[in-house]
Amino acid sequence: MSERRHWVSRGAITGLWVTVCATQAWAGQPEGSVDSGDVAWILAASALVVGMIIPGLAFYYGGLVRSKNVISTMVQAFAILCVVSVVWLVCGFTLVFGPDRGGVIGGLDWALLMDVGAAPHPVYAPAVPLEAFMLFQLLFAAFTPALIAGAFAERIKFGAMLLFAALWSVLVYTPIAHWLWGNGWLARIGALDFAGGAVVHVSAGFSAVACAMVVGKRRGWRTDYMAPHNLPFILLGAGLLWLGWFGFNGGSARGANATAVGAVTVTHFTAVSAALAWMLAEWKHRGKPTVLGVASGAVAGLATSTAGAGMLGPLAAVALGIAAGVCSYMAIVWKGKIGYDDTLDVMGTHGVGGMLGMLGVGFFAAHGHPAMQILAVVATGTFSFLGSYAILKLVDGSIGLRVTQEEESTGLDLTQHNERAYS
Amino acid sequence: MKLVEAIIKPFKLDEVKDALLEIGVQGMTVTEVKGFGRQKGHKETYRGQEYTIEFVPKVKIEVAVQDGQVPRVLETISRAAKTGSIGDGKIFVRDLSAAVRIRTGETGETAL
Repeated sequence: MSERRHWVSRGAITGLWVTVCATQAWAGQPEGSVDSGDVAWILAASALVVGMIIPGLAFYYGGLVRSKNVISTMVQAFAILCVVSVVWLVCGFTLVFGPDRGGVIGGLDWALLMDVGAAPHPVYAPAVPLEAFMLFQLLFAAFTPALIAGAFAERIKFGAMLLFAALWSVLVYTPIAHWLWGNGWLARIGALDFAGGAVVHVSAGFSAVACAMVVGKRRGWRTDYMAPHNLPFILLGAGLLWLGWFGFNGGSARGANATAVGAVTVTHFTAVSAALAWMLAEWKHRGKPTVLGVASGAVAGLATSTAGAGMLGPLAAVALGIAAGVCSYMAIVWKGKIGYDDTLDVMGTHGVGGMLGMLGVGFFAAHGHPAMQILAVVATGTFSFLGSYAILKLVDGSIGLRVTQEEESTGLDLTQHNERAYS
Repeated sequence: MKLVEAIIKPFKLDEVKDALLEIGVQGMTVTEVKGFGRQKGHKETYRGQEYTIEFVPKVKIEVAVQDGQVPRVLETISRAAKTGSIGDGKIFVRDLSAAVRIRTGETGETAL
């Protein structure tokens, strides 16, 4: 257990993980044996991540929009979870984790979850059924497009949003996840991403920029009053995200072990220090500590913790958290000045957090290479921006992305769903 | 007869009402209103985005009184509604040409 005392780097554990990735062989465990503790933790972590998407992200985003767009925003997370789950079953899982094809994508051997059953996989999760690993990973594939949906909130057609999420999960998510987690080219050159700093957060952030550019600003942006309609919802959502993130990062240890404990510890300390840092930065800059600032800082910290959770120590987590709170706050203030409407600040919190986390791995983790981490950020960021841009243009050209001016003014709850949140 | 309209801070309503009852005013009408004077509005900040809320919530009290009561009513409202800080409000007085008590049909000052 000496590595757990190591205050910055969990070197030994990271080393083991790299070895496993590189050689695709597991020596410590007889193949095929399932550990009940590991299985219990992966199932519990999966449940935590479900709670992180619905209701966590749904409430977080739902509170941030105006009262005429509440349920239409909240249902995005629900609907995306449903659609991406089906996509994952058909081809998503195998495109990420199936046998590598040229370092770029996984083969179709596990399409329709063929042969994905009770037997563990020696590399991905040696002591739980591959099916449990598949389920856990499904939630990452669903969480990411649900995050992106914050960028075009309050003006997107429901059908267009679903089509975008489905296409994005196949065309953008699966290659990126394969590059880092399916023994793709980024993993082979030594880029590390413990739980999705690049796969989830950098990709979501850069996709969000594409969304803000293609879909365009909300009407009345920066002139109308567009304050969040329910701050208690935001706090509830941020709290549930925090809770769920223990599963998100802890489960990414792929077993109930010291790496999982370290990952949860890093997650927590990054979140608290980022929340405090944002609060203090805004207090100093604007004169008041805001509730939304504390919640936003915590979420930025959680996003930042993701890349290196299982590879760092608590002090590195605090350093990254402080950077996350301040940088994320500055990015969002700056966003207001350059004039693109990433409505719920997907780039400002998740994109910035993902990039910081990836860099943090490069500097603080025992086996991190700053250059490889930067390459991973550039590659995933560029690919997700371009991929999202193309998908959005395709959807816009076929069924149209944006609601009419009248629908936007009336609100999406009534015009997209014939319902309202508060009647 | 005069109609006294006082725009005051909402939290001062009870004090003003009690003070007016003490000097013999028998009724009043109260409306929640929004507006601004020199106080201007207030600022709200959400993720660094500032919104200026120009119209501040206020309460408007309307009291119909005999001409002779006016100075005392003005003095009473001013005293009870005053905090000394900006945004305490304003009082307007206008002439009232007629009044009717609906139940009895009384008119003029007896209807007040």
